[in-house]
Amino acid sequence: MAAPSNAKASDAPRARIALVGCNHRTAPVELRERLAFTSQQALDAATELRRQGILEEAVILSTCNRSELYGVTMETSPTPADAMEEFLTSFHRIPRSQLDGRVYRWSGADAVRHLFRVAAGLDSMLLGEAEILGQLRTAYGEALARGVTGPVLNRVFQGALEVGKRVRSETEIGSRPMSVALAGVKLAERIFGNLKGHSAMILGAGEVAGQVAQQLRYRGIGSLRIVNRSYAHAAELAGRMDGEAVAWESLEKIMPEADVIVTSVGGADVVLTRAALDSAITARGGRPIFVVDLGVPRNVAPESAGLYNLYLYNVDDLGEIVEQNKKAREAEIPRAESIVAAHVAKFEAWRGRLGAAETVRHSIGLRDASESGEDQD
Amino acid sequence: MTNDLGYLSLALYAASFCCYARILYAPHNWLGRLATLLLAAGILVQYFALLERSHAMHAVPYDDLYGSMSLFAWLLAVTYLGLEIFHRQRSMGAFVTLLLIVWLGSLELFAPLEKPLSPAARGPLFALHVTLNTWAYAAFALSFVLSLIYLAENRILRSRHPGAAFWRFPALDDLDRMARSSVYVGLAALSAGVVMGLIWAHRLMGDSSIWDDPKVAVTLAIFVIYAMYLRLSRRTHWRGARAALLCASNFAVVLFSYTFVNLYLTRFHRFL
Repeated sequence: MAAPSNAKASDAPRARIALVGCNHRTAPVELRERLAFTSQQALDAATELRRQGILEEAVILSTCNRSELYGVTMETSPTPADAMEEFLTSFHRIPRSQLDGRVYRWSGADAVRHLFRVAAGLDSMLLGEAEILGQLRTAYGEALARGVTGPVLNRVFQGALEVGKRVRSETEIGSRPMSVALAGVKLAERIFGNLKGHSAMILGAGEVAGQVAQQLRYRGIGSLRIVNRSYAHAAELAGRMDGEAVAWESLEKIMPEADVIVTSVGGADVVLTRAALDSAITARGGRPIFVVDLGVPRNVAPESAGLYNLYLYNVDDLGEIVEQNKKAREAEIPRAESIVAAHVAKFEAWRGRLGAAETVRHSIGLRDASESGEDQD
Repeated sequence: MTNDLGYLSLALYAASFCCYARILYAPHNWLGRLATLLLAAGILVQYFALLERSHAMHAVPYDDLYGSMSLFAWLLAVTYLGLEIFHRQRSMGAFVTLLLIVWLGSLELFAPLEKPLSPAARGPLFALHVTLNTWAYAAFALSFVLSLIYLAENRILRSRHPGAAFWRFPALDDLDRMARSSVYVGLAALSAGVVMGLIWAHRLMGDSSIWDDPKVAVTLAIFVIYAMYLRLSRRTHWRGARAALLCASNFAVVLFSYTFVNLYLTRFHRFL
């Protein structure tokens, strides 16, 4: 009874990749919040998807901008996306109707292409941002450790990580600062090099000041001082940023110690005069000071820009840099897309070879079953 | 004498340049290490090329234009590699290796390759004197390149309109420290080279006629202007761009000494 095996081999079920998810483009933040998974929930949900037989392999990627279920089913499974969507709503206990038009479904090469674009930062709110690659690596690593992945998703996610690395190393999509705060810090690095041995002083304790402080800390600034008219607010920000709060009255005294000065203070008065900055540079033995004035109206006297060894940038200067960088990143999209396309083709070729191997295995399996049936007869 | 080793060292410098340029574009530790390794390999191969030439001439290769300029390039590469390792800073590698490629490429294309007649044996002291002084000139050339990059970057920073290439530049602070280190190397080599030369001249001539040579006066002037740079570059109103401008300008005197003085003014230093 070996003859039918050939006819049935072509019908051997092939692995199919399916994706159901939503992101910042399709769903408002209120819905994304409700569909978000914690790290533990993502692993439990992936395990449950397999236990219920909805998916053979599963990985859930959940960030502040997206919740996505990636899975592998056999091609014989009827509409896995429906079952995945049903699972998503029941897991988060939200009515199915809330997902109408806010969830995307992809399968096969389209699902792979979507994941690769996510890894490349092409699907991010901030084009080319690097954080998503780390989040993807973590989600996949945890799923792998839990044992909910298999050969197909392993291949897809490893491919995605490779795409993410290639896009960032071979294009400039993620290389230039895209926020005013980061642009200021990157400029400081062009003057001082590594910021580890340098000190920064931030005037103001508002949201913008906090963003700059965070970037400075992230880039390894040696010491960080927060000066604010309200000492309590300075202390609060300093506490969060592992910095030192300084009373407003001590401003001129500590100014010569700062290599980087960032001002973001409300009010109409100029906070740093040309004379004060000139004295600070002299007191520093001529070592340069980089001043970022993020205040509107400006906190630093504009004529200070002419001082020797003082580099002064205001919010418009940085805004212009960010705008230039944004255009430069957008110009890199075609190159990033071509890397994605090349890796999708590579994956499809692998999947084709896997399909042939599955067919052979299936054929052998049928023959073995047939032979064992004959024996039984 | 074949020049295969010369071409091989040029190829290694070119490969090193590609890696250094690539890490400006997208930093990779392994690629940076590869760039350094290729540069070191280029230096090693060029050393054997110079050694081969020395064996053929029975002298340090400085008696002809090809040998002298090749020795200069080799010492520049050695100085840069030393500074890169000391300062743990690779971002200037692309600029320096590009200079090496242009320098050595021009040499391969335009300088006569024929082996010169063996010069009169003048002993190891003389060889050390010339080698150390060439090393000093190479170090000053490096400080010149670093200072020019500093001035260009400073200008861009002050204009507040950094373009696309700006983000690939090395930091001002790194450029300043490396330029100063390079000048220290140059001054140390120059001092040792001058002492060797004076001892050699004294043994040969036994009188003070060497002091009448304009080359000695120009060399002392070089010593003074670079010492002045080191001193002023830490002063309040000189630190930064003004010091870089001074350092770059100083190199004009080095060039004057290396070319015009050697060719037309000196009696004892016609080794170009």
